[in-house]
Amino acid sequence: MLRFVARRLLLTIPLLVGISLISFLMIHMAPGGPISLTTDLNPRATAEARTRLEKYYGLDKPLHVQYGRWLARMATLDFGESFSPDGRPVAEKIRERIPITLTINILSMGLIFLVAIPIGIYSAVRQGSLFDRVSTVFVFTGFSIPTFWLALLLMILFGVKLGWLPISGIGSLEYQSLTVMGKIADRARHLLLPVLLAGFTGLAGMSRYMRSNMLEVIRQDYIASARAKGLPERRVIYIHAMRNAILPVITILGLSVPELLGGSVIFETIFAIPGMGQLFYQGVMARDYPLIMGILTIGAFLTLLGNLLADVGYALADPRIRQG
Amino acid sequence: MRRTPRRIAALPVLVLLAVLAGCGGGKKETPPEIAAAVPDVPAYGDMIVEGSIGGISGFLSAVTSDAASHEAAGYVFNGLVRYDKDLKLEGELAKSWEVSPDGRKITFHLRKGVKWQDGAPFTSEDVMFTYRRMIDPRTPTAYAEDFKQVRRASAPDPYTFIVEYARSFAPALASWGMHVLPKHLLEKYPDISKSPLNKKPVGTGPYRFVEWKTGEKVVYDANPGYFEGKPYIARVITRIIPDQATMFLELKSGGVDIMTLTPPQYTRQTDTPDFRTSFNKYKYLASAYTYLGFRLSHPFFKDRRVRQAIAFAADKKALIDGVLLGLGQEATGPYKPGTWAYNPNVRKYPHDPARAKALLAEAGWKENNGTLVRDGRPFEFTVLTNAGNEARAKTAAILQQNLAEIGITMKIRTVEWAAFINQFIDKRDFDAVILGWSLTPDPDQYDIWHSSKTGPKELNFVGFVNPEVDTLLEEGRSTFDIEKRKKAYFRIQEILAEEQPYVFLYVPDALPVVQKRFHGIHPAPAGISYNFPKWYVPKALQKYRIQP
Repeated sequence: MLRFVARRLLLTIPLLVGISLISFLMIHMAPGGPISLTTDLNPRATAEARTRLEKYYGLDKPLHVQYGRWLARMATLDFGESFSPDGRPVAEKIRERIPITLTINILSMGLIFLVAIPIGIYSAVRQGSLFDRVSTVFVFTGFSIPTFWLALLLMILFGVKLGWLPISGIGSLEYQSLTVMGKIADRARHLLLPVLLAGFTGLAGMSRYMRSNMLEVIRQDYIASARAKGLPERRVIYIHAMRNAILPVITILGLSVPELLGGSVIFETIFAIPGMGQLFYQGVMARDYPLIMGILTIGAFLTLLGNLLADVGYALADPRIRQG
Repeated sequence: MRRTPRRIAALPVLVLLAVLAGCGGGKKETPPEIAAAVPDVPAYGDMIVEGSIGGISGFLSAVTSDAASHEAAGYVFNGLVRYDKDLKLEGELAKSWEVSPDGRKITFHLRKGVKWQDGAPFTSEDVMFTYRRMIDPRTPTAYAEDFKQVRRASAPDPYTFIVEYARSFAPALASWGMHVLPKHLLEKYPDISKSPLNKKPVGTGPYRFVEWKTGEKVVYDANPGYFEGKPYIARVITRIIPDQATMFLELKSGGVDIMTLTPPQYTRQTDTPDFRTSFNKYKYLASAYTYLGFRLSHPFFKDRRVRQAIAFAADKKALIDGVLLGLGQEATGPYKPGTWAYNPNVRKYPHDPARAKALLAEAGWKENNGTLVRDGRPFEFTVLTNAGNEARAKTAAILQQNLAEIGITMKIRTVEWAAFINQFIDKRDFDAVILGWSLTPDPDQYDIWHSSKTGPKELNFVGFVNPEVDTLLEEGRSTFDIEKRKKAYFRIQEILAEEQPYVFLYVPDALPVVQKRFHGIHPAPAGISYNFPKWYVPKALQKYRIQP
């Protein structure tokens, strides 16, 4: 097992280098560059100013030299400095966005698992029942409804009309002066709408997945024999069937690891949440190469890590894979 | 002049809000009867929450280029000069200045007793330091050019600063509106953009920096030692809310006190008694215009009559009604109506399809089954504009209709900004474009119209060449005499109106809205924020208690 993990970990290194090289080439091929935002159609920015800025950011060097420099820095885990005028370290920019994105994603993912798995199981057990049909409509409504539209409706209802919840942002203006409990309550009030919304719109996938797994499992012979043994139905469903049906969910959990740090741009824009989605979007719009590369590398690493975790988790849960 | 800031438009959101307009609630701060009874005297205290679409990228305006950052820096820093409410230059850190008779030497007399927010005195050494850093190649600034024109700078005493230019250059004076930096705090940083001051600024301005939470908010407190007197409003918070619709809901629920409205918000969603009791809306011409620009080397557009015909075909009234919901004015040239350089008496192009057709016939275009044809080629071209700008997309759609009426087929293509500039504008690979310019108070537009500025990456990308305009542009920027300048710019506008290298379309209105408890706001040609430190909330109306 350890050798398996070690080998897989080593394999990620060339993979990461390959991914970063492709990303690097792609973002440099996109039209415009880091200094476009400052100098394009700006009468005060002369050709001389452009050369000066290009030199400043090292953009006058050939592409392979630029990539080499980036890779060398990256090898020491130095993400470099952002090309935005604040010139702050990329690592710092990413770090300050992680807590809020992670909180929202963990909460909404938790919510999805908590609601979707029971819905899936129950609709499979009662296939074709009223509950099955209603829940199907419900989860697909969440899946297909435009997030920004629902978000605005909820904001109007709870923020403007009823005044129960704050409309946007992640903290009140007087946040600093609140007590610890007050801070927690304030943050919770701000996160309630975004988390509920993210949960609602994400229910469909997981619940349908659970439902079809469950449907497949309860048709198996071992379920028939469990029933034949005279086990109570609850035990048959929740112990014998569910354990087997939930196995593939582990894969999904593993694949969700990179999603934990990825934010949705539309979502964060509507709720004015300073998360990873906005950071990446702004980075792309400004062609902030070090920032884009930093986020892409982290994303790639987490994806590979997630795959590895899923494989390991699977091996642990299923002896057939471990031995094979 | 700077490029009009782009905005991530959310059309569907606006449409939705228009539908929901009727249900707008809005908590009332003070019932109108009480508000009327409150004595209207300036008082210190309270806080203003400002909504901003974009986050800021730093406080040193020399190295930032976005509007939000420049505005943020404006709270903390001052320049030697600034524009007053009538958009005329006045002294800020400079008490006064003299220009030598030949226009080559400017002597600034600085204010005495001004202190940096950390207590250190402000002197001409700081101005000298700022100048040196602007021309230093280690400073990543796009604005070095103005300062490179200086041949000699000197600071003979702590309150005098003298600059000499190789030749008389009128826009030079306005360039000293550049924020002055504190020498004693920045000296040890060779690259000012990497200094802590870019994140935690210390200036001479009306507000001092308190806190910056990236992507979330920036907080400032009144500077009690401000040389023009302590500002009345004790605290300013700029909240970053990237979505215009969300910001509007925040405004209505009291989470934001001041923002800029969109035309649909202004006309359709704020016209309720509830809204009127809580907010004051303002409307004045923005310093910007939108135009249809031609590549003048294009075989169709080489001919002036064709350009004039398109100007006659464009229904500017329909554009203003359709795109701006009536909130704007027709543009007749590249200046803002009502400013000193604006010439109201130039050739106008009212909507007149018949004249347009006549001019095109003169230019050899014949109508054939409703389409114009010359030498077997139909009159068909593509107009480009940048994606994500809703107003420009609508403008294109209306123009398309207008031109179809006279037999011209105009195709519309929208392209992402960077690609638009790099693949099309810079390579001169376009037939026509819809774009906008924002305008600075100084009328010098040498970079846009002079024939020497048609090179790659330069701004005369339509390729306008006119010897008389060249001479006038040179004249206009080389004298400080307003009457002489006015004459030059008036004539330039006449020529541009005749030549129509651009069809000048419209000047939009700026539409700010402010919570009603703020008093002392007097709209002027410069807008409303020029006297921000003098805004106040009468004691009885104050909403927040701020402990300094």
